[in-house]
Amino acid sequence: MNKIYGLERADLEKWLSRWSEKSTVYCPDEGDGRGPASFSGWKVWAGDVLPEIKPGPAKCSIKTFYFPQPESLHTFSTASDDPDAFLLMEAERDRSANVLVGLRPCDARAVYLNGLPYSKDPYFQHRDSRTTLVGFSCLEQCSTCFCQEVGGSPFDTHRLDIAITEIKGRFIAEVLSERGEALVDGAGGAGPASDKEIAELDRLKNEAKVLKSDSGENLKAKELMALYNAGFWDSVADSCLNCGACTFLCPTCYCFDIQDEVVGNKGRRIRYWDSCMFPLYSQHASGHNPRGMKMQRVRNRFMHKLKYFPDRFGPLSCVGCGRCIRECPVNIDIREVLKDLLGVE
Amino acid sequence: MSQINSKITEEIRSKVKALLSAEEIAAFVGFIDGTLPMTARPFTARSPEDADRLVFNSFCVVNPAVYLPPLLKSLEPPRRPTDPLPEGPLPKVGILATGCWSRNISIQLQENQIARERVVVLGTGCRGMVDMRKVGSIIDGREIEKAYELDDRISVSGKGFSEEILLEDVLRDNCLTCICPNPVIMDHRVGGQVPDRRVDNRFPFVDEIESKSLDKRWEWFQNEISSCIRCYACRNVCPLCYCPTCFVDDSRPQWVGKSLDPADTSIFHILRAFHCAGRCTNCGSCETVCPMGINMRVLTSKLTKDVIDLYGTEAGVDSDAPLPLTTYSETDRQDFMV
Ligand code: SF4
Ligand code: SF4
Ligand code: SF4
Ligand code: SF4
Repeated sequence: MNKIYGLERADLEKWLSRWSEKSTVYCPDEGDGRGPASFSGWKVWAGDVLPEIKPGPAKCSIKTFYFPQPESLHTFSTASDDPDAFLLMEAERDRSANVLVGLRPCDARAVYLNGLPYSKDPYFQHRDSRTTLVGFSCLEQCSTCFCQEVGGSPFDTHRLDIAITEIKGRFIAEVLSERGEALVDGAGGAGPASDKEIAELDRLKNEAKVLKSDSGENLKAKELMALYNAGFWDSVADSCLNCGACTFLCPTCYCFDIQDEVVGNKGRRIRYWDSCMFPLYSQHASGHNPRGMKMQRVRNRFMHKLKYFPDRFGPLSCVGCGRCIRECPVNIDIREVLKDLLGVE
Repeated sequence: MSQINSKITEEIRSKVKALLSAEEIAAFVGFIDGTLPMTARPFTARSPEDADRLVFNSFCVVNPAVYLPPLLKSLEPPRRPTDPLPEGPLPKVGILATGCWSRNISIQLQENQIARERVVVLGTGCRGMVDMRKVGSIIDGREIEKAYELDDRISVSGKGFSEEILLEDVLRDNCLTCICPNPVIMDHRVGGQVPDRRVDNRFPFVDEIESKSLDKRWEWFQNEISSCIRCYACRNVCPLCYCPTCFVDDSRPQWVGKSLDPADTSIFHILRAFHCAGRCTNCGSCETVCPMGINMRVLTSKLTKDVIDLYGTEAGVDSDAPLPLTTYSETDRQDFMV
């Protein structure tokens, strides 16, 4: 049974202070919508008060943290007198321990899902092993949230180390992993949640579970080619601009490209975000492009998330955060596509 | 319901239905209602039934001209790049056009991206489109669950609030400075002519930035673009951007770095703006679609202002006027040369 604590706001802030002695503590920050802070969506906790955590997911996903834009993989020298010229050296890695406080269950679930294809990726794993995730369950959903339809829930705890639920002004913290325990053990100061609080937490969780649908299982049971050849793809593609707004804001889009950048005689090999919506993503060196048409690219984005990924790994590769729905310039709505796919016989 | 826009909607539906039924056009580019409040989705109607879904309202913020060149191309019979166009008439496409949208169609014609005889323009006067961000700031960022439009107001509501907002308070900045609300090209009219807007200063934002010192201008620019995620929605939504491969996408040679180094992001924005010089119609699509709320239209507006000063022309307004930056004249101003 998980340990469950009940905290006042001040107790929680005390926890954060204690944590920031040994780790870097990040909190959500959307700033004024301008500047690097609003891009990364995270700021280092200033050591004062816990910022307000608005309902729904932050604009930019936790991906900005887990897949830095860009990530240096290697460095090299191009100096002709350097005996090691063009030899790839391991790039310096961030050694700090990080605690992310205030993310929503959907973003944490995205880390769990991305961890499936990235289970052997040293960069992702290195970062994940040094990161503790302290999430806030959602008592209020946005109109674009649909986590329950894709296997998640406002109380989902996948990959979370500590899950906090605000009940009547108090913070009920459920410790879910050893990493979470290590944080709480060292911080002290909080008593166990009352039986009443635990009962209320259970009630909220059960209520959320009732809504759960099993789109993932339904789609897995469908024949791949029937979905691939469905008639509605053309009409989705007609509107799409093939920009990167959806994939770049999506927490479960993890594709990257690799290039070398050289300044002076110092080079670095970086990986940076790429999008299956861009024609160049699938272009071969020969010039041939297997997904040369817009419809093929649009189809790939959805088929990857809703069919190929679940066929291979189990769950759907969408956490229902709704960012792509909100930010798509032309209102392409993955909920409609999901419905259309479920309707294919 | 807005009486004016519902009447235009009716007229669009019946005209497009007739054109598609008579097979005069193979497809029509317009809008349908989106799935979120205050959104309209650009839509390609391909059958008479599709025509019944078309709408026109103050939320049609994407310039549909962007779809025109690729759509026309997709309707041509498949052939190798070097093969000549087949003989005989090719399928036509219909499109809805307000003032600025029609100016972009005019530029596509002048730049030989589309053929006039293959385009059927349904023109309508435009009273301006709504800026969602302005609405958002009026209602303090609360989530809108329902919205509908009246002739001069929009009504929005959500959890614990319901408000009526005057349209003129939430029109996009580019619409507030629009010089051409009525279409310049038109085969059929839907709705009435709208009165020209009174615009005292067309470039208030440009003036504001021009008045700053060089350092302050650079600071403004760097701050403005610092949250750009290089999603290229601004580029892809623009009807002027039709290069098969954009300079930012080339990797051999790599003209611009690919990730988020401020120098690279700056180069993208500066060059994108310059590629639109003398061609931008101030339709505002780029600025509207940016997920990060970046006001990159200030850059193209500055160039529009310069082109007016240098060449006295205005993109797409007069289809016979020479294109300022691709036409050489001995009387061109050259005082910027060193
Ligand atoms: S679905 Fe929307 S956000 Fe995604 S590529 Fe298409 S237009 Fe851009
Ligand atoms: S596909 Fe859309 S809803 Fe699903 S995780 Fe990505 S951004 Fe969120
Ligand atoms: S640059 Fe922006 S305002 Fe100008 S034509 Fe393109 S989308 Fe419209
Ligand atoms: S739409 Fe906005 S975020 Fe995307 S590339 Fe353009 S300025 Fe950058």
